[in-house]
Amino acid sequence: MYSIIAYSFISMAGIGGLLAIVLYIVSQKFKVIEDPMIDEVVAILPQANCGGCGFAGCRALSEACVSRDDISQLYCPVGGNSVMAEIAELLGKTIPEKDPMVAVIRCNGHHSNRPRTNQYDGAASCKIKNTLYTGDTGCAHGCLGEGDCVKVCNFGAISINPETSLPVVDDNACAACGACVKACPRNVIELRKKSAKDRKIYVSCVNREKGTVARKSCTVACIGCGKCAKNCPHEAISIENNLAYIDSEKCKLCRKCVGECPTGAILEINFPVRKATPVTSENEVLAS
Amino acid sequence: MSLLKVSPSPHAHGEMTVKQIMYSVIFALLPALAVSIFFFGFDALRVSILAVGFCLAIEWAIQKFLLKGDVCITDGSAIITGLLLAFNVPSNLPWWIIMIGCIVSIGIAKMSFGGLGKNPFNPALIGRVFLLVSFPADMTTWPLNRFEQLAHPDAVTGATSLGILKEGLKKGESLSAIFQHIPSNIQLFLGNHGGSLGEISALAIIIGGLFLLLRKVITWHIPFTYLATVFTFTGILFLINPERFASPIFHLVSGGLMLGAFFMATDMVTTPMSAKGMIIFGLGCGVITTIIRVWGAYPEGVSFAILIMNAATPLINLGFKPKKFGEVRNG
Amino acid sequence: MLKTFPKGGVHLTDNKITAGKPIDNLPVPPTVTIPVSQHAGAPAEVLVQVGDKVKVGQLLAQSAGFISGNIHSSVSGTVKKIEPATDSSGFKKPAIIIDVEGDEWLETIDRSETLITEIKASPEEIIQKIKAAGLVGLGGAAFPAHVKLSIPEGKKAECLVINGVECEPYLTCDHRLMLEKSEEILVGIALLMEALNVDKTFIGIEKNKPDAIEKLSVLAKDYPGVSVVPLKEKYPQGSEKQLLRATLGREVPAGALPIDLGAVVFNVGSIFAVYEAVQKNKPLIERVVTVTGKTLSNPSNFKVRIGTPVINLLEAAGGVTEEAGKILSGGPMMGRALTNTNVPIVKGSSGILVLPDTESKRRPVESCIRCGKCVSICCMGLEPFLLMALTERNLTERLEKEKVTNCIECGSCSYTCPSSRPLLDYIRQGKSTVNNIIRARKK
Repeated sequence: MYSIIAYSFISMAGIGGLLAIVLYIVSQKFKVIEDPMIDEVVAILPQANCGGCGFAGCRALSEACVSRDDISQLYCPVGGNSVMAEIAELLGKTIPEKDPMVAVIRCNGHHSNRPRTNQYDGAASCKIKNTLYTGDTGCAHGCLGEGDCVKVCNFGAISINPETSLPVVDDNACAACGACVKACPRNVIELRKKSAKDRKIYVSCVNREKGTVARKSCTVACIGCGKCAKNCPHEAISIENNLAYIDSEKCKLCRKCVGECPTGAILEINFPVRKATPVTSENEVLAS
Repeated sequence: MSLLKVSPSPHAHGEMTVKQIMYSVIFALLPALAVSIFFFGFDALRVSILAVGFCLAIEWAIQKFLLKGDVCITDGSAIITGLLLAFNVPSNLPWWIIMIGCIVSIGIAKMSFGGLGKNPFNPALIGRVFLLVSFPADMTTWPLNRFEQLAHPDAVTGATSLGILKEGLKKGESLSAIFQHIPSNIQLFLGNHGGSLGEISALAIIIGGLFLLLRKVITWHIPFTYLATVFTFTGILFLINPERFASPIFHLVSGGLMLGAFFMATDMVTTPMSAKGMIIFGLGCGVITTIIRVWGAYPEGVSFAILIMNAATPLINLGFKPKKFGEVRNG
Repeated sequence: MLKTFPKGGVHLTDNKITAGKPIDNLPVPPTVTIPVSQHAGAPAEVLVQVGDKVKVGQLLAQSAGFISGNIHSSVSGTVKKIEPATDSSGFKKPAIIIDVEGDEWLETIDRSETLITEIKASPEEIIQKIKAAGLVGLGGAAFPAHVKLSIPEGKKAECLVINGVECEPYLTCDHRLMLEKSEEILVGIALLMEALNVDKTFIGIEKNKPDAIEKLSVLAKDYPGVSVVPLKEKYPQGSEKQLLRATLGREVPAGALPIDLGAVVFNVGSIFAVYEAVQKNKPLIERVVTVTGKTLSNPSNFKVRIGTPVINLLEAAGGVTEEAGKILSGGPMMGRALTNTNVPIVKGSSGILVLPDTESKRRPVESCIRCGKCVSICCMGLEPFLLMALTERNLTERLEKEKVTNCIECGSCSYTCPSSRPLLDYIRQGKSTVNNIIRARKK
């Protein structure tokens, strides 16, 4: 009886010991010497591995932070300035503050604004739909609504509003990693500077067609009339290819352009409700 | 005219659907079920209904409460798993063992991997093997069928022909002495012998298998190479020493080989995709089955053989790809 | 045993409801829209101006580059507009819009029906005339014909293969041409044999067109070297590579062209156009289009002027009813779904197919059960399920290794998939991504 126990004990211990030696040799032979700082930087990073920094993952960014002397170009959009400041302090390097950004969907063409002209029945992918044709509305530039941006978002920040079939960004969840910007085959999504109270003013249209054509397919399309640009006191608005663009770096959120837009393509978000102002009807504006 | 539909080509679609495939398999299993009810009576029906019922209930519960997604138990895949599991157990198995088998089959082998199409191993076989190693006594005590009961009124249970063979060889008896206790090959072919309830009649399984081949649900590659490999391998052994090794015909008609070859090794999800891969798969199954039957501790090796080859399937898929058009230059 | 290609392929219900309908001339529409890019390659350069009077057959736009094609006026009248017009994919492409006045043809064009069998032109003249006529492959890809006839240096044409397969269900325009213009087609073949200096021609026809096989076989006896090869029905036999495998028994190596086997492939429609261009001086200004569908009251084959709006054809075929769910340009396997019926017929349009609503909706997508049917039917020996998965995960390197670029987009995989997975939708996406990467690498 005891001999069996002794025998098993010795053999198991022997095998264990042998394996331990092998493991030790292997670990010594294949040792990778790595800067311990990398692990410390990784610990600070948010571990979302989203690729928003331009690197494959958080570890790759840490390696870059540790190895490069000038890290002013490196930035983790998810962690933001506080995380970058912490890393800079740890490594004794400097990183300039960057403005936090947020993804903005520049299309407001839900079905009442942009009537459907046909019914898409292919695979649920904007990329495939975009390769096939102009889409199920008259507009060849706007949102296709199949949700490629929703699928790539690692933070659950984008969802399709079932009523409008358009994506909606949750500003608090959005990490500005830019995955959706890359995924959108029509460049509808843009990263814009985040402002206090999540206030935003932007042209919610990417249609580069001539005004009449754009307007025909969508009632809230930008027609490139240039009224907003003329009235902007901060020269933040430019017109290119029949399309107005508000530079979020220059815009002071004065809201002057919003009232000027004849089609309502400029949106103001998260502002308090305006005092009743004389509303000019669309027809008058177009006629003038 | 309402809005025109637009989609990328093609704009036509073939007739076959997943449901059709699944229900064809169920239909093809019915002859074997009928035979087992004929031989084992009500018990066979009881085990089958319990297994199918449990499988459906477990899949429904998992989809509804754990995954909180769409419930799609009507696709028929759970029914097949239940039926195949029932076919692989003795007809006198208590209900709670069947339930455990179903939980393992559906819960662990299928749904934990993501449900239909994502399981690496055949769920019914996982359930069966789990029961075999957990309840070896219950799983290898086979009730006598109605004719055997008439012949041996005092006995309650018997062994499968492969079991008798293995036991006899262990005791060192000669083959001719052992085969005195085993029904003739014709009886084995028709199903008049002991065994799991679905595997007994090679004839009924072949009928079902031919139906599946005709419906193009399965292709010939796996069943044919599997059976042919077992036949050739055991045939060679038989030719070397007929006193030591049983005849290849006996190997074909006994045990779960037919059921395995036509219904378990052809499970689409867990077998290779290309024709070449399928042939390799059948070959591997045949070799492993024979090795276990002839030299292994268990009398039967079909379940293990298929599961082992299931594990090799991803590798086979990588290694044996279809020949691409225009790959070989014409002289 | 009839010949066919051995690997993959599917059997389709052929639904050739217009096979017995003779080719009918469609009246000239009041306006035509002639896109300047109706061929593979560079768009043609417009020669006319708004307000110009044009005659039938007059050159409107000139071939711009080697792979390009001339565009001729299919009507007589006044150029009304030169502006982008919506094409079948909804995008706007430059086009010439002409208001029709009368039907005045250029005097050089021989409009008579008399058959001219005598070949007067030299090989160079034949190719020159084909090029001038703006001839493109009429099977669908619309590849400029003169490019196929210009044999690259170091290669030699040995035989001509004529594609009379028409493996797409519903379409019958090639079938009718083979029956009604058999003599002309054979003269066209003789012309091309002269131009290419080859002595063998194989006409591949599927056995669901026994009348065409018989008629051409009998007539071909007078043409030495021309033989008809009856083929088993199998989709996609009309694909160039599969047709060559079926008729010659040899495979075009991956990435190579038919000419690497010494073969030049022409569609019967193109051959008829060759006859007209060389013997009758008639540029490619009209073509036969099958207008079909189970819900149409008068499905038929029409001879249509290029630029005619699709709606005119549909009305001639009995009009579109409420039941219509999808209108296709081409057959059900490779055709393009139209978003509206005002788009013009172009050189590559072989048919207009109206599918009823009940047949237009795709079935809901289920999960892959790894049945391997897509692998077994892929005529290029690819693994569609794998290519789709790789495209979804954006693994382009692996896609390239798995030869996604070999895909001929025949659609058999999506057709066969019991789970109704949109395999080809994704594979096409993956293929174009990989092609872009390869192109960028070459630069």
